Amino acid sequence: MSTRPEKDTVTGKSTTGQEWDGIKELDTPLPKWWLYVFYVTIAISAVWYVLFPAIPYGTGHTNGLLGTTTRGELAEHIAEAQSAREAQLTEIAATDLPDLQNRPDLLAFAVQGGEAIFSDNCAGCHALGGAGQHGYPTLADDDWLWGGTYPEIYQTIWHGVRNADEDSRNSEMPGFGDILSKEEVAAAATYVQSLNEGMDAAEKASPEGARVFAENCTACHGEKGDGDQTIGAPRLNDQIWLYGGDFASIRNQIHGPHHGVMPAWGPRLGDVGVKMAAAYVYNLGGGKQEAPTQ
Amino acid sequence: MATTATIARAEADADAAPVRSRIEQKSDPLYVGRVKVHPKAVDGKWRRFKTAVLVLCLAVYYAVPWIRWDRGPGVPDQAVLADFSGQRFYFFWLEIWPQEIYYITGLLILAALGLFLATSLFGRVWCGFTCPQTVWTDLFMFVERRIEGDRGARIRLDKQPWNRDKIQKRALKHSVWLVIALLTGGAWIMYFTDAPTLARTFFTGEAGPVVYFFVGLFTLTTYLLAGHAREQVCTYMCPWPRIQASLLDEESRIVTYQTWRGEPRKPLKRNEDWDQRGDCIDCKACVAVCPTGIDIRDGLQMECIGCSLCIDACNEVMDRIHRPRELITVDSERSQRARAVGLSAPPRYVRPRTIVYVVAIALLGALMLGALALRSNQGVTVQNDRNPLFVRLSNGDIRNGYTLKILNKLNEPRRFDVTTEGIEGARLFAQGGAPADRLTLEAAPNGVTAAKVYVVAPPDPERPATADLTFRLTDEASGEEGGHGTVFRSPAS
Repeated sequence: MSTRPEKDTVTGKSTTGQEWDGIKELDTPLPKWWLYVFYVTIAISAVWYVLFPAIPYGTGHTNGLLGTTTRGELAEHIAEAQSAREAQLTEIAATDLPDLQNRPDLLAFAVQGGEAIFSDNCAGCHALGGAGQHGYPTLADDDWLWGGTYPEIYQTIWHGVRNADEDSRNSEMPGFGDILSKEEVAAAATYVQSLNEGMDAAEKASPEGARVFAENCTACHGEKGDGDQTIGAPRLNDQIWLYGGDFASIRNQIHGPHHGVMPAWGPRLGDVGVKMAAAYVYNLGGGKQEAPTQ
Repeated sequence: MATTATIARAEADADAAPVRSRIEQKSDPLYVGRVKVHPKAVDGKWRRFKTAVLVLCLAVYYAVPWIRWDRGPGVPDQAVLADFSGQRFYFFWLEIWPQEIYYITGLLILAALGLFLATSLFGRVWCGFTCPQTVWTDLFMFVERRIEGDRGARIRLDKQPWNRDKIQKRALKHSVWLVIALLTGGAWIMYFTDAPTLARTFFTGEAGPVVYFFVGLFTLTTYLLAGHAREQVCTYMCPWPRIQASLLDEESRIVTYQTWRGEPRKPLKRNEDWDQRGDCIDCKACVAVCPTGIDIRDGLQMECIGCSLCIDACNEVMDRIHRPRELITVDSERSQRARAVGLSAPPRYVRPRTIVYVVAIALLGALMLGALALRSNQGVTVQNDRNPLFVRLSNGDIRNGYTLKILNKLNEPRRFDVTTEGIEGARLFAQGGAPADRLTLEAAPNGVTAAKVYVVAPPDPERPATADLTFRLTDEASGEEGGHGTVFRSPAS
């Protein structure tokens, strides 16, 4: 409600001319210093306009005398972060990977950095957290194709698998579809599928398969199907199947095997980057302390 | 005892006190300049009480940072310290962690409720006696009075042209003010950093830019607010005068000019008959001593901080003219209405609102004490890995990963025995270890230790894809137990 400004009888001051349920507001004057503070803020804003980017025009804006840009600030922050990391990165470069495991602070740093590297570069195939997917090995489990010790992991990441790098991990399983008969492949598949219950159980499941396996597969996969990490021959007597553990998948893999390929990451990540990625992968739960004896 | 209704009836019978007409302003300006207040010195019971409170408050403020409290090696030995870089708040035997900030919140709520209670009982006693703005303004006025003299001398000095005498007095006054302000700002920073170290490094220039900035900031604000702004802070800047006005009721005992006794006021003439006039001789002693420059005879007003100095001033005058003291007194509105018509209304301290405040203070106080008594020195939270949710191992077992965050509030390393409940055949291990029924984890002193723990369980088609799992932690030394629930995930069968 609006009424006319009037003199308040108690204080002798004017009211604002507004009324709410009989309550009127006094038009109390502000103190002068309040006004001056307001002027000071205006003066500060004028200084701000001169010093900082402020006034936009068609194709750009004024840059201000200080030349501050948010991009420049970002570059500064990145540089600061880089120099803050420098000490640890140098330390990691000078430390052997197995020794890293005994230095909790440095290890925590390496694993954190490794996680970032892994998420950017590796998770596309191996999935976040090294969960793996069909055809791409799970890195968090206790089974390794090319070995799970620090030097082996480092080697695999740096040089990759089956690529043009001359130190690349390399091996190839022949397509047994061209060598064995259809029935022999099926028998071998039956045998391999039962291997995780022991050799006897597997032989019981398919005596023919046992013969085929002994004649064709043991050279690489071992007599008991233990595999050979030096040549990337997978262990066959466990519960982990890269290309599927059902009969059809195993038969197909014997008939015409898939072969995983991984780029050499060394040139891209550098020594320290590969080390940190290795530390991360090692600590996903499956890292092995000693080189396997087999 | 007179009820409100009987007072109202009696009031209707009696002649209402004449309402004094006021000088009307010709037109209201948009902005007003400051009318400088020159409070006169006064002596009396309230002035002495106010001085005692002032000395006590300042003594506590300056002394507390210097009290030492041994907490063992590696932790501050200052009794009261808000350690921002260490993320702790120390109060004697208490050590508050950032996640326990609700203790501070509780304390602030208690303080607010205490203020509500005090205000509804006795008006703005906080403003008048203990508010830092009041305490420091009073201190600065004391300095001003010692250097420039009392009210009249100061008014003369203000009008006087700048001569040697004025320059000397003003320079001295502002120097002393600045020294007090510096000590005030410095003492405030001592609540946030080690006091003896600060006192030493501050003057050798080693205290660091943050310290100098904040000491400078608080020196400046103390000097400006207590030396220059003074009552302007209360009138224009502080929200309390508005809020406290709504906490008062007709029973609140506030500084009151007894209109029925004082009016009609007029200057005293020789041999005048007191029956024909009020006790107020319009000497304006109450106005002269008022630190906010108001006239208490206008009644309760927003500017009044309830400091009671006008009571002392008026009592001095009443003694001199041989009239009863307490023309200005501490009384409630209801009692005044009763007295005006010759009745009496004793103070009522127990009222619905005071009961509500006391009950709220008691409840919150009990809650705080209970929470403090039951405060645990350890805690654990468990976060289960989300990538991957689970891992199948070579032998078909299912493995889940967890991050345990173990909170250790003691200043010594502790070892915890960790077991799990809820999953049959579950075994646990840390990176590099072999799965076992139990695991020992070390927690660093005075902090949170994060540990990666894996739990392995054989595959079980009966188990739901997401099964409950609880981690139990037992302090190996004290046997203190704790735990945290989480889940164990398996492939959907």
